[in-house]
Amino acid sequence: MAIDKGVAGVTRRRVVQGLGVAVAAPAYIGRAYAAKTIKLGFISPETGPIAAFGSADGFIVDEIRKTIGAGLDIGGKKVPVEILVRDSQSNPSRAAELAAELITKDKVDLMLASSTSDTTLPVADQCELNGVPCLSTDTPWQPWFFGRGGQPGKGFDWTYHFFWGADQVVTTFTGLWSSIETNKQVGGVWSNDPDGVALSDMAHGLPPGFLKAGFKYTDMGLFTPLSNDFSAQIAKLKAANCDIVTGVFLPPDFATFWAQCAQQGYKPKAATIAKALLFPASIEAIGDRGIGLSSEEWWSPNHPFKSGLTGQSAAELCAAFTKSTAKQWVQPIGFKHALLEVALDILKRTKNLEDPKSIVEAMAATNYQSIVGPVNFKTGPINNVSATPLVGGQWVKGKDFKYDILIANNSAYPDIKTVKKFEPIAY
Amino acid sequence: MGDFANAVVQGVMVGGLYAMFAIGLALIFGVMKLVNIAHGDLIVLAAYIGLVATQTFALNPLVALIVVIPIMALVGYALQRGLFNRTMGADLMPPLLVSFGLSVIMQNGFLALFSADNKRLHAGALEVASIKLTDAISIGVLPLMQLVLAILVIAALQALLYRTAIGRAFRAVSDDPRVAQLMGLDNKHVFGLAMALSLAIVGLAGVLLAIRANFDPATGPTRLIFGFEAVIIGGLSSFWGTLAGGVILGVVQSVASTIDPGLQVLAGHVAFLIVLALRPHGLFGRPT
Repeated sequence: MAIDKGVAGVTRRRVVQGLGVAVAAPAYIGRAYAAKTIKLGFISPETGPIAAFGSADGFIVDEIRKTIGAGLDIGGKKVPVEILVRDSQSNPSRAAELAAELITKDKVDLMLASSTSDTTLPVADQCELNGVPCLSTDTPWQPWFFGRGGQPGKGFDWTYHFFWGADQVVTTFTGLWSSIETNKQVGGVWSNDPDGVALSDMAHGLPPGFLKAGFKYTDMGLFTPLSNDFSAQIAKLKAANCDIVTGVFLPPDFATFWAQCAQQGYKPKAATIAKALLFPASIEAIGDRGIGLSSEEWWSPNHPFKSGLTGQSAAELCAAFTKSTAKQWVQPIGFKHALLEVALDILKRTKNLEDPKSIVEAMAATNYQSIVGPVNFKTGPINNVSATPLVGGQWVKGKDFKYDILIANNSAYPDIKTVKKFEPIAY
Repeated sequence: MGDFANAVVQGVMVGGLYAMFAIGLALIFGVMKLVNIAHGDLIVLAAYIGLVATQTFALNPLVALIVVIPIMALVGYALQRGLFNRTMGADLMPPLLVSFGLSVIMQNGFLALFSADNKRLHAGALEVASIKLTDAISIGVLPLMQLVLAILVIAALQALLYRTAIGRAFRAVSDDPRVAQLMGLDNKHVFGLAMALSLAIVGLAGVLLAIRANFDPATGPTRLIFGFEAVIIGGLSSFWGTLAGGVILGVVQSVASTIDPGLQVLAGHVAFLIVLALRPHGLFGRPT
């Protein structure tokens, strides 16, 4: 920074005084466009049961703050940007409360929300109500859109979202299963939460897609999260002779389920589970019995995308994360980075940063190459939504870390190359 | 029919798990009328101590019990003498609120120390070993072990309470703390010992839970609710009642989930409410 170096003859104290005036100046000269600090609200779960989704927040926000430095170049001027990070504590009511506080007290210009329906839905609702632009990610778009009473063709005025959707999950899962020899019997076991209920729906969820792709489907019903016993479902899976088991689980539930499957002698050829198998920690908790399990894969170091902000490739961003935190890469890294880089892109294109409507206009016009792929709200599957690529991954023994998830199917996005062949689970 | 029999057998096994959570609670309530909200978080604490022990010394989790149980007992004694004793009195609320605060502090402490990652203790083949009874019924060795250990712990506690001097002291302070003190018992020390014993059992329960299921900083309260229900179904101060309560809860849940998995948890709560309505002091409790 230029100030640190100082000009000959200028003491540190003088510089500090000068800075004080510069910060206080806008209060005197009114709403000076160039000096106004743009405030971004950033709500995400950093503690509580879904904290794993927010585990990369600290790293990503720090990196972006460094990139912004003294200010973001907007129309040739340096505009300071402040990111106000708030922890939802994995609680939807807390998320709504924080959003309201950021809107009324901190007067944020653009709200950012991420990590599951429990965060993105309440925050987006608050923003829609208060007329504050909101961008969100890391929640399948169907629960985000329909869960908030969105009407196709009409959509929302203030809130936009980018992530993959249920249709891509169907293509990916059935793509994985079709590549191995099975009896095509699929059993579905679903967690009784917004994601499980939405995806298990016999009309709008995944099962109709499975049937259409030529699989036979048996529903094992919804179970209450953090269940201690899955023997009833396992007995039914055995009775229906399901070679394939799928569903939505929380990580601890899947671990309990998978141990009981082994105890009860149920050995499916494929176990393709949404939500539970995203994080390496979940597989480490299961141990070597986790090898061969498969899941949706939103993002990985092998994705062929680059950050439009820093120019880093997916692999470079993951390496930087590991270097800084000594932890293995996780899928939210890409999306957290993307959320902030898309937000900054919107600000750069905004004509009048004083006017929330102008920010929303810029948001609606987004056509951006992010680290998770293209984001474009004009070409999305539905109003206010841009669908990002989804592929299928399978867990294998890792090289640098204990276990690794590798891309095994790209039916839903052929531009992303597969890294391995999908294989039946070895017992 | 095979399905039903399987459901009952698996339910009994889950009952062992619930009873294991509940015994320590029942002991503490019986001796000092303390409802320990932090009990579930203490189970998670035991699991984390087990995790650190297995990782640092490369121990089998069952061997790690030799480390975990004494540490938990010490924690219990210190906790009682240093914290809970200061809040005990005629009013039941202050210790309850303190335990609630402790629960919040512990969860956030775990998060700061161990991150939100799911953890588990690895016990190799034991995790998935099972005994096949018929084609439809297999019993997991680990759940069976848990049930047997719960029975053994209860038998040992009963013997301790009714055959030893310290057991007599526990019963004396439970019946009338003031008279017990007049008779020369140091109530604070006796409470400390009771908490130490309770947390020693928690140590066992925590390690077994951590082999059986994943845990993370927020696991405690969700797992505890069934422990509470088992204690209340069984009757607040009866240990065998606690086991019966756990088994009833497990079987009701398991049978209900063969009808519809969505009913599993609901059925357990309904059974709990029915018992509460018909026998407010529990199946084996003494009316007070």
